[in-house]
Amino acid sequence: MAEKIDLQEIEVWDGNYAAAQAMRQAQIDVVAAYPITPSTPIVEGYASFMADGYIDGEFVMVESEHAAMSGCVGAAAAGGRVATATSSQGFALMVEVLYQASGMRLPIVLNVANRALAAPLNVRGDHSDMYLGRDSGWVQIDAFNAQEVYDMNLCAFRVGEHHDIRLPVMVHQDGFVTSHTAQNVCPLSDDNAYKFIGEYKPMDELLDFSRPVTHGAQTEEDWHYEHKARQHKALMDARPVIESVFAEFEKVSGRKYKRVESYMVEDAEVIIVALGSTVESARLAAQQLRDEEGIKAGVVGPRVIRPFPFDAIRDALENCKAIGAMDRSCPGGALGMLFNEVSAAVYATAKRPLVTNYIYGLGGRDLAIVDIKAIFRELKANADAGKITTQIQQFIGLRGPKLGFFETREGK
Amino acid sequence: MAITSVKNLKEFSTTNERFEGAHLLCPGCAHSMIVRELMNCSDDNLVISTNTGCLEVSTAVYPYTSWDTSWIHIGFENAATAAAGAEAMYKARKRKGTLKNPDAPVKFVAFGGDGSTYDIGFQWLSGAVERGHNFTYICLDNENYANTGGQRSSSTPIGASTTTAPAGRVSYGEKRNKKDMMAIMAANGASYVAQVAPNKWKNMAQAFQKALSIDGPCYINALSACTTEWKFDPKDTINISDLATDSLVFPLYEIIDGTELNITYRPKNVLPVKDYLAAQGRFKHLFKPENAHILEEWQKRVDEKWEYLQRREEARV
Repeated sequence: MAEKIDLQEIEVWDGNYAAAQAMRQAQIDVVAAYPITPSTPIVEGYASFMADGYIDGEFVMVESEHAAMSGCVGAAAAGGRVATATSSQGFALMVEVLYQASGMRLPIVLNVANRALAAPLNVRGDHSDMYLGRDSGWVQIDAFNAQEVYDMNLCAFRVGEHHDIRLPVMVHQDGFVTSHTAQNVCPLSDDNAYKFIGEYKPMDELLDFSRPVTHGAQTEEDWHYEHKARQHKALMDARPVIESVFAEFEKVSGRKYKRVESYMVEDAEVIIVALGSTVESARLAAQQLRDEEGIKAGVVGPRVIRPFPFDAIRDALENCKAIGAMDRSCPGGALGMLFNEVSAAVYATAKRPLVTNYIYGLGGRDLAIVDIKAIFRELKANADAGKITTQIQQFIGLRGPKLGFFETREGK
Repeated sequence: MAITSVKNLKEFSTTNERFEGAHLLCPGCAHSMIVRELMNCSDDNLVISTNTGCLEVSTAVYPYTSWDTSWIHIGFENAATAAAGAEAMYKARKRKGTLKNPDAPVKFVAFGGDGSTYDIGFQWLSGAVERGHNFTYICLDNENYANTGGQRSSSTPIGASTTTAPAGRVSYGEKRNKKDMMAIMAANGASYVAQVAPNKWKNMAQAFQKALSIDGPCYINALSACTTEWKFDPKDTINISDLATDSLVFPLYEIIDGTELNITYRPKNVLPVKDYLAAQGRFKHLFKPENAHILEEWQKRVDEKWEYLQRREEARV
């Protein structure tokens, strides 16, 4: 039996170490992994737990991220708890198997310390890899700080392994800003954490020879569509499961989570929608603007990216006048993902708030509180004018002249 | 009944059926002979992974399966890693006491065609072998991408006409020699590697049993004559295989722990290489006068390889 660790009530962990600790507490059967910046310390942390006798499971250091996810799929099909971690190029290399993992309905937890995608090569944080996974059929949960990385890992196993869902789950954190910044984290004890996650309950396992199963069959036009539709349904059905897991987690931790985290939106005139650590910066900026300038600013952070919380986002945004959707990924000739999805959600509201798109922070470019305040002021101008006063999409924090795209009918 | 006690082919035909005859492989395809024999070699529980390819698309088309054992397919390149992941899970669950049948012996086997073994899955295979997973990888080597209509792979031998390296007015087809996976896998740290062919079915069964009994990664390169892409009559699969082994184009041998090489079949009458080539449409063009030098090179290379294998066997290094 693995040794337990007697954790302090408050530990000082960065996001990576918080993930590694949660993985240790989950008593994972197989971790197949490959190191990549900035998620490497997750794998290193887990390896050191292994070396010190805190892990009973198998730890397989494979030769690539593609193999890491392939090993996870083989292991998960064999009926046990499985997790790994990656970032950026490693995530991109995994993409083929990400689709296979979800299509084969295998619960695997993947920690993603989000990082830019090359070229140009860049190790810093942005959400390019997160966005690359958005159609992969995984549950995607976003942690805004180290505490949430820990909490969301514990919840991720519960959600993915739920027999009505049986889907893999990503837990996202911002590369470096979250993954490498030491913060106060209040963990559960080893016993309580494992009690919350529970024992793994195998289903259709390769290692039950009394009932042989075929995993990964071929389907062509006669059955493929039905499989994919059911997969989508399982992902959509994860919404109430996530909510009930969050509710149970609140009981054991006192920390309350929702599919969409709203901050001061009740009376907000202008709202920023963002992901990752930017949510926390935006909250600070919103509070300061309310105090200093009387701008009724609010912040909405999707905790769950997939299944997209269409209803919760709509409800959070329907009473404001102007929204800034912030995308930390190069939009590649389109409006940003968050802009498109937020726009879709508010389109059905009576007042249809004005939505603009801010591209920011690519390759780790810092986003300061002053930048966020400037966005809020622009949103306020839109709200006051009753129309979009800028181009619909703007790149902020960029060197050189201002860069914006997509004009409104008025030509702005 | 496991094949251990089987004396003849008639008895073999009555061995247990964990691979059902109802599959979509071409009539005359050697894949099913090899797979069936592997599965009849052992009474142990089997976890089988399979790369994308002829075998996979022909045996697990939803809602049917030919596999009466645990089976998994993920992608084109990662059957070795799927087996490795399942084997790691087996070890973890055995240690933790969460297996449903903890005492039943389990063997892990991965199948791939030569495209997924020599080419696209090469890294995954190399990694799984290097890490020492307890599994057997079997390459069903038909020397081309048969599933997609006969494109060249790095297993395609020189002079073969394939759809991506066709023989034509100014080309004799494939320009490169077949990659030596046996030497590569032996050097990669495989505990046991063997080259087998379904016409020598007892020899093949022995190799399979040896591989399954060894605690470590094993690699088996199985000749799988391809009626469709090699262009011979489906009834001649075993005859073509006989020509391959008896001309020494496909010598049968094993390498234990990377060093000890044993030749496991010595034809009584060694046939000329051209007899093997002449029996297949893919080499037809080699018999034109302008390609005579390719035939000569073929024979020379086969002779040299046989000489090398005999010397390695004698030297015991």
